[in-house]
Amino acid sequence: MHTVVCIKQVPDSAQIRVHPVHNTIMRQGVPTIINPYDLFALEAALALRDKLGGSVTVLCMGPPMAEDSLRKALTFGADRAVLLTDRYFAGSDTLATSFALSSAIARIGETFGPVDIVFTGKQTIDGDTAQVGPGIAKRLDLNQLTYVSRITDLDTETRQITVERRAEGGVQVLKTALPVLVTMLEGTNEIRRGSLADALRAARAEVTIWNAADAGITELLKCGLRGSPTVVKKVFAPTARADKAALIETDGKNGAQIADALIAAILDRNPALDADLRRLSAGF
Amino acid sequence: MSDAPRQTPAPAASRAGMKKELPERFRSYKHVWVFIEYEHGHIHPVSLELLGEGRKLADKLQVDLAGVLIGGDAAELAEAAQVCFEHGADIAYRVADPVLTHYRNEPYTKALTDLVNTYQPEIVLLGATTLGRDLAGSVATTLLTGLTADCTELAIDDERSLAATRPTFGGSLLCTIHTLNFRPQMATIRPRVMAMPLASPGRTGRIVDHALDMTEIDIITKVLQFIPDRDTQKAQLAYADVVVAGGLGLKSAENFQLVKDLAAVLGAEYGGSRPLVQKGWITADRQIGQTGKTIRPKLYIAAGISGAIQHRVGVEGADMIVAINTDAKAPIFDFAQIGIVANAVELLPVLTAAFRRRLSVHRLAS
Ligand SMILES: Cc1cc2nc3c(=O)[nH]c(=O)nc-3n(C[C@H](O)[C@H](O)[C@H](O)COP(=O)(O)OP(=O)(O)OC[C@H]3O[C@@H](n4cnc5c(N)ncnc54)[C@H](O)[C@@H]3O)c2cc1C
Ligand SMILES: Cc1cc2nc3c(=O)[nH]c(=O)nc-3n(C[C@H](O)[C@H](O)[C@H](O)COP(=O)(O)OP(=O)(O)OC[C@H]3O[C@@H](n4cnc5c(N)ncnc54)[C@H](O)[C@@H]3O)c2cc1C
Repeated sequence: MHTVVCIKQVPDSAQIRVHPVHNTIMRQGVPTIINPYDLFALEAALALRDKLGGSVTVLCMGPPMAEDSLRKALTFGADRAVLLTDRYFAGSDTLATSFALSSAIARIGETFGPVDIVFTGKQTIDGDTAQVGPGIAKRLDLNQLTYVSRITDLDTETRQITVERRAEGGVQVLKTALPVLVTMLEGTNEIRRGSLADALRAARAEVTIWNAADAGITELLKCGLRGSPTVVKKVFAPTARADKAALIETDGKNGAQIADALIAAILDRNPALDADLRRLSAGF
Repeated sequence: MSDAPRQTPAPAASRAGMKKELPERFRSYKHVWVFIEYEHGHIHPVSLELLGEGRKLADKLQVDLAGVLIGGDAAELAEAAQVCFEHGADIAYRVADPVLTHYRNEPYTKALTDLVNTYQPEIVLLGATTLGRDLAGSVATTLLTGLTADCTELAIDDERSLAATRPTFGGSLLCTIHTLNFRPQMATIRPRVMAMPLASPGRTGRIVDHALDMTEIDIITKVLQFIPDRDTQKAQLAYADVVVAGGLGLKSAENFQLVKDLAAVLGAEYGGSRPLVQKGWITADRQIGQTGKTIRPKLYIAAGISGAIQHRVGVEGADMIVAINTDAKAPIFDFAQIGIVANAVELLPVLTAAFRRRLSVHRLAS
């Protein structure tokens, strides 16, 4: 079983600031992390490898410093890492990103052996479109399994995979054939700590670094800004809510009076909630 | 990195200043479409919200508004079409075929892509649900057009382009995105953001049928089962209308029971901050925040939670946040709508009792 896990290096959202004049995102000096959602995908891939054998390749498109995130993934136990980096990729929207990543995945298949499953996170914490996974699936003609909470069965003989998928109002149990693209739902597993052996191996490991040509990409018009149909016209900070929370007065009230005042304030703000609460509390 | 130039002023500005030069082949693209999410005999509310919003866009552009109905049964879809007409649609495109009974990416992608290529809409809107996002990403990639994700505001600019505004970085930034030189312009829109339009009973429209041209043998993915949430005991935080959560301020696992008690009376889901998972007070599927669940309830009650940014990004989509905290300076009061500076361990049981009184009075009355 050869799986490819796509990981994105993202700024630690806690530290994001908007330039007060230019309204642009200020990333200088902001620490970066592996997109937290991608760790669920990585753990799912590692668990499959531990059970069925094979290898896990992690792939990241990003600037040279994204190598840090790939090395981190190696310490968790990934077998090899590929960094896709080229100035032609700058400014990619999701269509151009999925083009570049799918080209690299095809090249990974040719170089390191056929790919059975491509994993992505549900979404990122910066662009957070959740569109790159479906984009890769379509371009590589993989059966698409999004919002997967559990892989319930994987038969390497018949190459059939069964998963539980989060759908609206319930869980869909889907069965399909490899190769597939899986986007993993958050909270479905917990990333392992990684062994000392993995840490030592990661420190020495070579990260494979590919530019567009190395990844077999010849159609540069499909990359980066030029390959992106969407244009960000404006970035701005939401108008800060001047009003802090309306505080319920507690002085001189007993507990029950405070509770009643709180309930009154809630229903005053949204009278329709009354009906909702009655319905819900009655068990519907 | 791929989006790095979007952050530096110069290239972003030059891109933003790009002129629209719509290629000849796209000039015939007209009308606004809403994909109607129809499953298990119900239209998802977001689809009706989008018909309301789509109506405004279509009026501004002076074009028609259409609903796209894909499903297994033509008669059921005709009924759904009538609902669409009453909520503002002029036309309903219907693709009815037994293989479309349950949502699956492959046949739905074909149905919607074929419709777009045949009837050439300029705008296609879908709800940003698990289904809408699964489908929109595939369709936009097949059509090689732009797709703006999870929008909260739509407008038509002076050049007749769709200006789609969306939050990113977990809500700490907004951006307005255009698809300049491709058609259709596609966007997914966050549920419960656009107002639900009033129905006009008796309003009618025209149904246009389209064949899927695919058989079950062509489709590799099979739906084995659908397990409705109401049949499971698992936490359904992401979809709950009311959520009650606790944090370290509750001091002990025993006190967390107070959160569960309030949730039980309200018929709500319960959850907590990350440290509670680490301490084993709650299971991981109940963690709320950046690395846990993102919730969008109508009411969120947070007791003894400080409101760290990683928690905040998971709850900001709530319609109303009520915070109970002993520290008047706790960051949660910066984004809660209603706050109460109080000891949650004391207040929660009293609040539970007050809600119980109120709700049981109502139940007796009705
Ligand atoms: C403010 C802002 C708003 C944007 N809005 C849009 C928009 O509405 N539409 C649009 O088309 N583009 C948009 N973009 C561009 C988009 O962020 C980039 O295309 C980005 O490269 C990928 O999209 P994402 O971060 O949303 O990934 P998602 O689609 O949310 O990511 C899903 C998964 O794909 C994988 N993945 C994503 N990127 C990489 C990568 N570089 N390397 C390896 N794996 C990866 C990860 O596994 C990830 O979990 C926006 C960018 C910014 C800065
Ligand atoms: C990468 C990363 C990801 C993370 N992801 C998440 C996530 O998904 N979800 C998440 O929640 N956190 C997450 N965190 C952790 C986050 O930064 C905070 O540490 C965490 O949210 C704090 O939890 P808390 O509010 O329960 O505890 P504290 O911050 O300790 O706050 C306790 C609060 O209770 C108040 N209090 C004390 N006594 C009482 C009382 N008797 N009655 C009422 N109030 C009282 C205090 O004033 C204080 O405000 C993440 C952190 C990192 C670095």
